[in-house]
Amino acid sequence: MSDDHDDSPIAARVRELEAILEEKGLLDAQELDRALEAWTHRASPANGFRVVARAWVDDGFRARLLQDANAALPEIGLSMGGGLQPQQLHVVENTERVHNVIVCTLCSCYPIALLGPSPTWYKSPAYRSKVVSHPREVLAQFGLTLPETTEIQVWDANAESRYLVLPRRPENTEHLTEDELTKMVTRNGLIGTAAV
Amino acid sequence: MSERYRIGDRVRTSDVDPDHHTRLPHYARGKRGTVLDRDGVHPLADLRAQGIVQEQEVYLVRFTAQELFGQGDHSVTLSLWEDYLSDE
Repeated sequence: MSDDHDDSPIAARVRELEAILEEKGLLDAQELDRALEAWTHRASPANGFRVVARAWVDDGFRARLLQDANAALPEIGLSMGGGLQPQQLHVVENTERVHNVIVCTLCSCYPIALLGPSPTWYKSPAYRSKVVSHPREVLAQFGLTLPETTEIQVWDANAESRYLVLPRRPENTEHLTEDELTKMVTRNGLIGTAAV
Repeated sequence: MSERYRIGDRVRTSDVDPDHHTRLPHYARGKRGTVLDRDGVHPLADLRAQGIVQEQEVYLVRFTAQELFGQGDHSVTLSLWEDYLSDE
């Protein structure tokens, strides 16, 4: 039973659960809203952009990030905590030879702490089913045509781990500051459906 | 807890379609892959959905597109609990 979670029935179930928990006095009516607001306020793609820009300018940070992302994030004041449990993060690096792309085929697992809420297409059955079997075609639909020689590695966030793509630093950006580089990074670049 | 598989080991995923919750997707059932790395120790999702917490080794397992879909030149990597795996 690893099929799609249909949005509407699950949403209805969550609403019912919330109502029952409130009725039984186990949950304060505002408690959940407050927790969600605090969480989504901190969770933004701007966090992911900072991670990438730092990795581009600091080889030591990049190495630590690729080795153990959860241990490296606090160096720039970030973490994968804030949800129900701290999530394990893997940062996967694009190179001249390898391009990485991320999906959750079972539902919509996503590094929300670093990227904010996921885009609608990420949750669509079309993306989830096709990017695992035909990544080159899917990436082309996003306007990203990779050379035939580039090896594509797809990462299915099907269990406990979350992923973030470290895009390649664009050429001729040696003169840019870390702040300026931050502005070059895009959310799709961190999912792998864009180059940067 | 000691892990059953090491990096580089060849493994085969279960081909059972259970009637309970699982995190082994259909497309990766009964397929052969290579252990890329360890991925921590986590409660087995199948049992946790039934209210039972049983911590177990999780592995990053990489499959070729050829093995999964019979076509393509890419790879797909999944996180798989030890229960989902057997020796190739």
